[in-house]
Amino acid sequence: MFHPISKNMSVFNLTINGESKQVDVAPDTPMLWVLRDELDLVGTKYGCGVAMCGACTIHLDGNAVRSCQLPVSAVAGKPITTIEGLSENADHPVQKAWLEIDVPQCGYCQAGQIMNAVALLNENPNPSDEEIKNAMTGNICRCGTYIRIKQAIKKVAANS
Amino acid sequence: MKLVKTHYNRRSFLKVSTATGGGMLIGFSWLTRCTPPIKEGLAIPDEWFDINGYIKIGNTGMVTIFSPNPEIGQNVMTSMPMIVAEELDVPWEHVVVEQGALDEDAFKNPQFAGGSLSIKLGWDALRMAGATGRRMLLEAAAKEWNVAISDLSAKDGTITELNGDRSIGYGEIASKAVGLEVPEEVPLKEPKDYKLIGTFQKNVEGSKIVTGKPLFGLDFKREGMALAMIEHPPAFGMKVKDFNESEIKEMEGIEDAFIIDTTIEDPAWSDVNAFPQLIAIIGKSTWRLMKAKKALKVNWETVSELENSEMHTERLKWDLHKGEVGESRKDGDPDEAFAKAAKVIERSYTSPFMAHNTMEPMNFFANVTEDKAELIGPTQTPKAMEESVSKLLGIPVENITVDMTRIGGGFGRRLYVNFGVEAAAISKKLGRPVKLIYSREDDMTQGTYRPTYLSTYKAGLDEDNNLIAFSAKGVGLPEGSVFPNRFPAGAVENYTAEKIKSRTNISTGAWRAPRSHFTAGAEQSFLDEVAEAAGKDPIDFRLELFDRAKNNPVGEKYDYDAERYAGVLKLVKEKAGWGEDRPGIHRGVAAYFCHHSYVAQVFDMVMADGKPKVKKVWCAVDCGIVINYEGAINIIQGGVIDGIGHAMYSELKFENGSSVHKNFTTYQLIRHHQAPEEIEVFFVENDITPTGLGEPGLPPAVGALANALYKATGKRYYHQPFSTANQELINIEMG
Repeated sequence: MFHPISKNMSVFNLTINGESKQVDVAPDTPMLWVLRDELDLVGTKYGCGVAMCGACTIHLDGNAVRSCQLPVSAVAGKPITTIEGLSENADHPVQKAWLEIDVPQCGYCQAGQIMNAVALLNENPNPSDEEIKNAMTGNICRCGTYIRIKQAIKKVAANS
Repeated sequence: MKLVKTHYNRRSFLKVSTATGGGMLIGFSWLTRCTPPIKEGLAIPDEWFDINGYIKIGNTGMVTIFSPNPEIGQNVMTSMPMIVAEELDVPWEHVVVEQGALDEDAFKNPQFAGGSLSIKLGWDALRMAGATGRRMLLEAAAKEWNVAISDLSAKDGTITELNGDRSIGYGEIASKAVGLEVPEEVPLKEPKDYKLIGTFQKNVEGSKIVTGKPLFGLDFKREGMALAMIEHPPAFGMKVKDFNESEIKEMEGIEDAFIIDTTIEDPAWSDVNAFPQLIAIIGKSTWRLMKAKKALKVNWETVSELENSEMHTERLKWDLHKGEVGESRKDGDPDEAFAKAAKVIERSYTSPFMAHNTMEPMNFFANVTEDKAELIGPTQTPKAMEESVSKLLGIPVENITVDMTRIGGGFGRRLYVNFGVEAAAISKKLGRPVKLIYSREDDMTQGTYRPTYLSTYKAGLDEDNNLIAFSAKGVGLPEGSVFPNRFPAGAVENYTAEKIKSRTNISTGAWRAPRSHFTAGAEQSFLDEVAEAAGKDPIDFRLELFDRAKNNPVGEKYDYDAERYAGVLKLVKEKAGWGEDRPGIHRGVAAYFCHHSYVAQVFDMVMADGKPKVKKVWCAVDCGIVINYEGAINIIQGGVIDGIGHAMYSELKFENGSSVHKNFTTYQLIRHHQAPEEIEVFFVENDITPTGLGEPGLPPAVGALANALYKATGKRYYHQPFSTANQELINIEMG
């Protein structure tokens, strides 16, 4: 038997990039789609929907998380930072390094790569090559910009 | 001094007008080749006169170059404007590059991005447009000051009197150049005088990318638009019959659900589509649509064979012998030469089906009304999409527009237009603007795959270890991967090559460096084995063959320049210090020519924890003049990593007509920790017309990888993916 899903919407109060937001969505809606469809914050990208590519990486309370696997109901008031909240003018040290090293090709995965790298560097300001690889390996880039991503992270580490 | 024409039969390739806000606007066609066709009586194609690129010289001296080209990551939005700025002679800091704005008539007729052709095709037109601007600014200043043009110089955005004190910025004189007659011919710079071409410049969209601006198709939004997702049959060979339509429509957040049919009568090459009938679900939020897709109960019907991977392997083996031969070549008497050869080596190589897996899944916006269609999104072939939408909906092409967003990866997938056509069909049925989004699973399981291949190579050596006979035979589903006139054609006295057809109902298409990526891997690892059997260094062995092709070519023609081919091998040999003993380093080499550029690579492999790992890659590239070293190095590095990744890890297997791999949980793409630590790229310096780099970096990586793996492990790798496939020689004899 097939049963239509009953009306199932709830209001959630969120803190995104320092601003208070209210959304009225199904509780199981992943933050990825809350950001993209409800709040027009489309810098966070959809890549796989199963936490295997890292394109949707955001920060929840400072930690890198895959927003495609984070239901809005699990956010529980914790602050969220997206790529749009990293800086006003592309001047976060990690963004600056990305520009200096000229990392992007198509650019689609880079917001996720940057958010993941920022979380890594916040926790470990001077990661070894091995630590960079381990931390970044969940973020896929089909264009193959991995070497430049590593260079950019090392550049930030060297300047810190 | 090289002169280039701006007119043909008094028809101009350019239009000059006043820019909004003051200054000069030069419109030109990015497709103009400037040189009339060589064949007498052949008309110049109309698109040479379609204005689709613009240079605006504002009255402040700021130069805006509007780029109509699809940007799929090959960095043409930076490199193509650099060519204009070079000839115009303005400081790069004064240049702003903008994507041709959406919804503006001025930017119709955009280009095509495929085959690494953008730079090659744009080279003449871009130089002509820049040089004409410079010349007209000079004429305006000469008129203003009542002096001869020869008394003036124009550089770095300023016109200066050679023997006087006067100087004027381009911006100050720009509006006076409007109305002057466009000169019939303009001089172009000599390559030795280039100041911007051949420098390192950053991606002009870098800031927008790192701040997450809405650049991509998936980010596009229009007020009042609905969202749509599709469900296609779960297997190739299946078709939709009906589904629980009313239940789906009753779901929360779902507005509509229906079946669309996008079957196009008289399909073009770009209409590859295994599933023209689809279920479309419409709603306001992507998550609701995803949930509705999960709640679908569909009756599918089987309409043709449900294939599987074992069947594919058998079919390849059978058709290698029995299949219809397409393109072929024969020089000398290969049968006789093989019969008398002192040594004969025969090896077979295979590669599975592969998906494109652009990180941005397929998507498109469409707004179809009674007699008009407006489409916006990521496509490599807007023209082809217009034509397909026109055929399907019966709307004249002139009432259809396709505008491009930035593209989150193409690799050939976005040469095909079905997702745009589907969006148009949904919008038409709905009567509203709609954005169609594929889930990753939809994207990975609907086809247009890189075909699966089997090739057999055979070489005959005489008693002195000279290569006297060579044979390449290849089959694929649906077509083999053999280029009969490529290397080593022309270098071997007795030579045969056959490209063989087979069949499959799995839809296939172009994939980054089509066929070259497989051919390069197979042929270059085979030559490595032949060189070893001949007791020769693999680079010296190839160089001998290039000497033969250059000095005493076999047959009527071959498709490469032997000197340039040898050139990249010599360069990589020198840079990598090939031949030096480096303890713990296992080296493999390969070279390949495709898409008009030559690339040779040396791979340094180490054993780490008992596993082979690429440590460093050395690349030598000959793509003629390098426009932007930064972008060129980046895309070659990416091509190498992409090549390693797909050869090592990627495959798509089939069971009951269905792709076993549906997401990155089981389909493996290369990741950070698997990439080499370093890739160093060197370019051959010459003044040859530039050619593209989107594809040529990838193919040799497969061969160099296989050859380095052999040195590191003592085992030859014949079957992709190298990390998992059984590497035993497959038995290609018929039972």
